[in-house]
Amino acid sequence: MIQIKNIHAGIEDKSILNGINLDVKAGEVHAIMGPNGSGKSTLSSVIAGNETYEVSEGDILLDNESILELSPDERAHKGVFMSFQYPVEIPGVSTTNFVKTAINEKRKAQGLEDLPAKDMLKLIREKSELLEMDRKFLSRSLNEGFSGGEKKRNEIFQMAMLEPKLAILDETDSGLDIDALKIVANGVNKLRNKDNAVIVITHYQRLLDYIVPDFVHVLHNGKIVKSGGKELALELEAKGYDWLK
Amino acid sequence: MVFENQGKLDLDSNIHTIRTEAISAFEKQGFPTKKDEEWKYTSLKNVLNHDYSVFPKAESAIEFKDVKKYFLHEIESYKVVFIDGVYSSFLSSTTHDGYDICLLSAALKKPKYKIVLDNYFNTIADKNNSITNLNTAFSTEGAYINIPKNTVLPRPIQIVNFYTGNEKEILLQPRNLVVVGENSHVQIIERHQSLSDNVVLTNAVTEIFVNKKAIVDFYKIQNDNENASLIDNTFVQQKEHSIASVSTFSFGGKLTRNNLEFYHEGEHIESHLNGISILDKKQHVDNHTLVKHQYPNCESFELYKGIYDDASTGVFNGKVIVDQEAQKTNAFQQNNNILIGDKATINAKPQLEIFADDVKCSHGCTIGQLDDSALFYMQSRGIPAKEAKALLLYAFGNEVVEKIKIPELKSRITKLIANKLGVKLGFEM
Repeated sequence: MIQIKNIHAGIEDKSILNGINLDVKAGEVHAIMGPNGSGKSTLSSVIAGNETYEVSEGDILLDNESILELSPDERAHKGVFMSFQYPVEIPGVSTTNFVKTAINEKRKAQGLEDLPAKDMLKLIREKSELLEMDRKFLSRSLNEGFSGGEKKRNEIFQMAMLEPKLAILDETDSGLDIDALKIVANGVNKLRNKDNAVIVITHYQRLLDYIVPDFVHVLHNGKIVKSGGKELALELEAKGYDWLK
Repeated sequence: MVFENQGKLDLDSNIHTIRTEAISAFEKQGFPTKKDEEWKYTSLKNVLNHDYSVFPKAESAIEFKDVKKYFLHEIESYKVVFIDGVYSSFLSSTTHDGYDICLLSAALKKPKYKIVLDNYFNTIADKNNSITNLNTAFSTEGAYINIPKNTVLPRPIQIVNFYTGNEKEILLQPRNLVVVGENSHVQIIERHQSLSDNVVLTNAVTEIFVNKKAIVDFYKIQNDNENASLIDNTFVQQKEHSIASVSTFSFGGKLTRNNLEFYHEGEHIESHLNGISILDKKQHVDNHTLVKHQYPNCESFELYKGIYDDASTGVFNGKVIVDQEAQKTNAFQQNNNILIGDKATINAKPQLEIFADDVKCSHGCTIGQLDDSALFYMQSRGIPAKEAKALLLYAFGNEVVEKIKIPELKSRITKLIANKLGVKLGFEM
């Protein structure tokens, strides 16, 4: 589904990713682990199209087509979704209105009419129940004054609404207590199917107990230094990252 | 420009005296220049550099269908409409049934209104403001609204000033008098609208008297075309336990100067001053406000937001004076600005003069740019950059829109904002 080919990227003169190769197929879950500063969040930003980072070499293919020249919204329309490590607060725009706008923009890009209000409400109800969300959050300004856990749950709610082909979960477990973690993981698992894929970026093995990966990759200095099955995550948990450097 | 008192304005001996004094005051003062502290950031030079015709000619006819869109036509309302400064009975919908919503020139001629005029006319308009004096000297027409006590108006009043362009360059000087009796409730929407590309300068003065326990909401829609300039002078006097709000929505026009002054004459008064300016190209808007707290236990709330694109310029000067007697005053002022255009400018000046010691006063002023991380966040969810920007800007101004108490007006303002930002908002907030 997504092929990352020898990606080099950085900010201004500082290089952060130094030749990443990753091939994720439909139906798979890949975990990317690594110490702080290894380039995990940069990788997710580059896939999502954050223009802060400059890609100097390599390519990213989604369904065999390069997406590097596409803007973040165009990538989103093709099915890329990133759950932010630090979701942005947007005062004055309610979660409901934000999600409605996002869905209808995607539909517009696909040449479809706006989703009828009735269907939209039904979808919102279904997905917010899946995430066991308090409905009052839906009418509040997006993420404004939300706790860390509420923000993350809101991210997965948006993912559920947008039904992406490729979901990148950037440190979704940080800031979540164990109950919220289970709910969020359960939500992600329910959304998984043979046609979509998930990249889980995490510092700790904990989340991977609930979202079980098919592959685990270790990132260090902007390169994947080791890949393996889910048991690699347990090994990292036991030994730390030092033995890989 | 040459002004002459043509005699036809002398409708009443008191009014005649007021006008004569205003003429001589204006002759002494002249037009303000950038040397005046209060006009430091707004130059009238380009606006005054025209050969304006001053006295309106005969009424021009306008078909309602051609101007319907400038009215809040979705709801029933009283209307006081002027075309090129002349009252249009055809477009207006006035009343004398229980209260007076009519035109000032008629009120000036009728003896039964003399006492109201003597008590109120030109009593709070600023005599030190030469522009206001100019209006006092030469204005011939405007809305006259006199609501007795214990009256809740069943529908809002719209005061609309059209300019047809039948003169190449025209100076209009509407003069409104609003007197709201004890315990009464009035909502007013005011709009100036030019229907051609000819040059127009409007110098409007409105005096609003809010008696005991009365509630008055005044909305100003400033969405005129590129050759229209406006100097608006609005003075509000409030008695005890009254609540008054003036909300100013500035999207259009070449140069707009809003002088807005609130005077407290009693305790437990609430004053609200709200504004949004969304400007582009070379537009200029100057919001000059004054709240004078003279009695204890009163509150004022001021919220102005500005969005400046291209080479537009904004000024916010918010003066709050708390007299020594005005203990337990709560005065809050907030002014937030976003500069989008590389050449856009804002000059913001909060000015608090506090002479009482037991008060809560605060002011906050911010000047910023659009948040890139918020833009990326929205784009990553599939919202294109242009819509994302508009949504962020809309959200920025929404706090002010939320304060509009007439739902149809709220959705109208929402549409005007979306229009100005060049997007279709997929929903109403």
